[in-house]
Amino acid sequence: MPEDLNWAIGGEAGDGIDSTGKIFAQALSRAGRHVFTSKDFASRIRGGYTAYKIRTSVDRVESVVDRLDILIALTQRTVEENMEELHEGSVIIYDGERTTMKDFEAPDGMIGLNVPLRRLAEEAGGAIMQNIVALGAACEVSDFPIENLDESLEKRFGSKGGSIVENNSKAARAGQAYVRENYDLDLDYELETTDADYVLLNGDEAIGMGAIAAGCRFYAGYPITPATNVMEYMTGRVEQFGGAVVQAEDELSAINMALGAARAGARSMTATSGPGIDLMTETFGLIATSETPLVITNVMRSGPSTGMPTKQEQGDLNQMLYGGHGEIPRFVLTPTSISECFHKTVEAFNLAEKYQTPVYLAADLALAVSEQTFPPEEFDMDKVEIDRGKVVDEESLGEWVNDKQQFKPHALTEDGVSPRAFPGTKGGAHMSTGLEHDELGRRTEDTDMRVEQVDKRNRKVQTAIENEDWSPREFGDADSGNLVISWGSNEGAIREALEFLDDENVSVRFLSVPYIFPRPDLTEEIAAADDVIVVECNATGQFADLIEHDALRRVKRLNKYNGVRFKADELAAKIKQALEESVEATA
Amino acid sequence: MSSDVRFTDFKSDKQPTWCPGCGDFGTMNGMMKGLAETGNDPDNTFLVAGIGCSGKIGTYMHSYALHGVHGRALPVGIGAKLANPNLEVMVAGGDGDGFSIGAGHFVHAVRRNVNMTYVVMDNRIYGLTKGQASPTSREDFETSTTPDGPMQAPVNPHALALAAGGTFIAQSFSSDALRHVEIIKQAIEHPGFAFVNCYSPCVTFNDVDTYDYFRDSLVDLKEEDHDPTDKDAAKDVIFDSEKEYMGVIYKDENSVPFEERWGISENMSQIEDKPPEGTMDLVREFY
Repeated sequence: MPEDLNWAIGGEAGDGIDSTGKIFAQALSRAGRHVFTSKDFASRIRGGYTAYKIRTSVDRVESVVDRLDILIALTQRTVEENMEELHEGSVIIYDGERTTMKDFEAPDGMIGLNVPLRRLAEEAGGAIMQNIVALGAACEVSDFPIENLDESLEKRFGSKGGSIVENNSKAARAGQAYVRENYDLDLDYELETTDADYVLLNGDEAIGMGAIAAGCRFYAGYPITPATNVMEYMTGRVEQFGGAVVQAEDELSAINMALGAARAGARSMTATSGPGIDLMTETFGLIATSETPLVITNVMRSGPSTGMPTKQEQGDLNQMLYGGHGEIPRFVLTPTSISECFHKTVEAFNLAEKYQTPVYLAADLALAVSEQTFPPEEFDMDKVEIDRGKVVDEESLGEWVNDKQQFKPHALTEDGVSPRAFPGTKGGAHMSTGLEHDELGRRTEDTDMRVEQVDKRNRKVQTAIENEDWSPREFGDADSGNLVISWGSNEGAIREALEFLDDENVSVRFLSVPYIFPRPDLTEEIAAADDVIVVECNATGQFADLIEHDALRRVKRLNKYNGVRFKADELAAKIKQALEESVEATA
Repeated sequence: MSSDVRFTDFKSDKQPTWCPGCGDFGTMNGMMKGLAETGNDPDNTFLVAGIGCSGKIGTYMHSYALHGVHGRALPVGIGAKLANPNLEVMVAGGDGDGFSIGAGHFVHAVRRNVNMTYVVMDNRIYGLTKGQASPTSREDFETSTTPDGPMQAPVNPHALALAAGGTFIAQSFSSDALRHVEIIKQAIEHPGFAFVNCYSPCVTFNDVDTYDYFRDSLVDLKEEDHDPTDKDAAKDVIFDSEKEYMGVIYKDENSVPFEERWGISENMSQIEDKPPEGTMDLVREFY
């Protein structure tokens, strides 16, 4: 009885693929099963191949694998696109009455279930429910109690009123009955249910939720794939907490609005993807120089230029680390999982305000569009702390004035952090600028003051390095000489790859790094390792470059940049191969 | 807000580095007087400026201020006003800042109608970079980068504002102090986005659009029996190619600011050290 099931529905954009997948994912989650979803989609509204994939298990799942057990194929192309992941015994559910699927035959060894999806849907109340018929068929194949679908259908269609939920429920049962009556399947799936109550969310939603939990009250953004969901999530929700979400006319405006709100004292954020970061970069320098706290979320996609907007990549590391003219102190945080998207967002707001510095929060498409189940405790609001840093009020700002009673927003301090007075605070009126300035915030070209202000701003980073925890997340065998290092969304796939490798008696120590700048010093770990492999979704190994720079040692690079995220089994094979190659090389 | 605020309270102790005779002096003085006479004080005022001679204003005035990047002052002002609607937000910039690099933001700020005041110090030239054509330069205005003139029509900022649904559109002149202050005060008191284009002659690089030129050519709408609430009359003023006007050109008496329409009224700067009440519901939504 396999515990894992890999399920997918694929067709053309506009076929309702997304909502069907979501209904099944929610049903599984409600039934107390863990779920991890991924999406293949193209940059178009209708037409073109699109798929929603679900991996489900009773145990926690954090990634996708190269395997499909049940595929609902609404088009022939769906089968072709997934041929490599289909295997002997895979079930393909299709509608042979559909013109495009008329001549379809399941490849050798696979089980084709020809179900008249559209006809059964029409009988149940409307052709539009054909996907739900297919869901019912899939339930029968996988032995998943169909009642679990009903709650999801209620959630999806409940607001539409009338008999819509009921008809959908009927449609699902028609699909189930058709398979039961026409096929004598002897498959050993049994999707066990549990009492667990999980929540199901994606990385963009986790970022938005983290922002609201952290007290973010102002969001300005411009729609861009795959960051738009952050704005869509926050819209209507931030307002409930006394905030505002503004769709700006472009990214330049978005970041400047966010900057204005931050200066007015609101916890403020913008989110975009690579091309948007390009446009925001000039203002990024102003934010740093004027010492304004701001969180800038970059949900990375394939670049450069417009690249592949709907595909995965981690190619913007250098841009976030070095982007902008001059030398700009900054923090770059890279959540490594969907739940870390929540926690790192909270951390980003605290870092931004404690150090009055812009913070890049770098997620990527794989995190943004994948959903995962979690026990709700993983988002424990009681554990969220908000630290606004050195904010002064009418009384305390008296400690920060010169002999003319002028407030010093850029006071030279030992830790590099100056006092912050929100507009409206009596006696605190001051200016700030992107020009080099003195302690009062006024422009200066004084050579000594220039050096003092540059040093002061850089000192904030030093203070943060000393006072905050920048450690990596560690997995696997701490004593192994095989060291894998990665950053961002690859963590889940690598963690699962470790299990595959463990089965083959290959031990690996894995350090997952959620901080690009500052980042943990891994010199000792690297010195202790026989082999170091850096895994990342870009062509040149931007993080590997940093590792080599830090540790003064060459590392192996495992890169993927075809637009598809790493998969657990694929990674296990590649890591194993890389380790074997080095054995050969030394032999 | 205190009632005994004088306009000199808005003055910083920094001496302006504008050229002697620069129109920006008068524009700034009018802004300070306007703010003081409408009951504002430096601690409740947030001033945003862009880049260029006009951008220096934040240094010479005393208030909460941000000197932003070129062309992006308006979004900064919008963000600040929405985050704290109690603030008096004023944005200042030049004609290049507002109608060239920032033209997109200008149009959208107008149509967004956030309650703030935008003053453009229009001298029809780039001063700080030493005399290149600006978007409001005349078609035949010869400069270092346009030796035969720009050979393109100048931007008509008032027309842009009217087309974008502007609710307060005015023209003032930096050397007519009384009228300028009067217009600024009306702009501050207007519930919505108030746009004041203020001719602020550049005495160093522009020998065409001079004090004398404006003094001789500007027609005061106050003496013209102009009804600023009449959109058609405003259109006639804006598209009159024979004359230039000064005064409030258009004022929508039914203007409702963006923040009011959106129900934004809270000062967002005050938050607890814990997530807001009810945040756990956000998690429950994902069941």
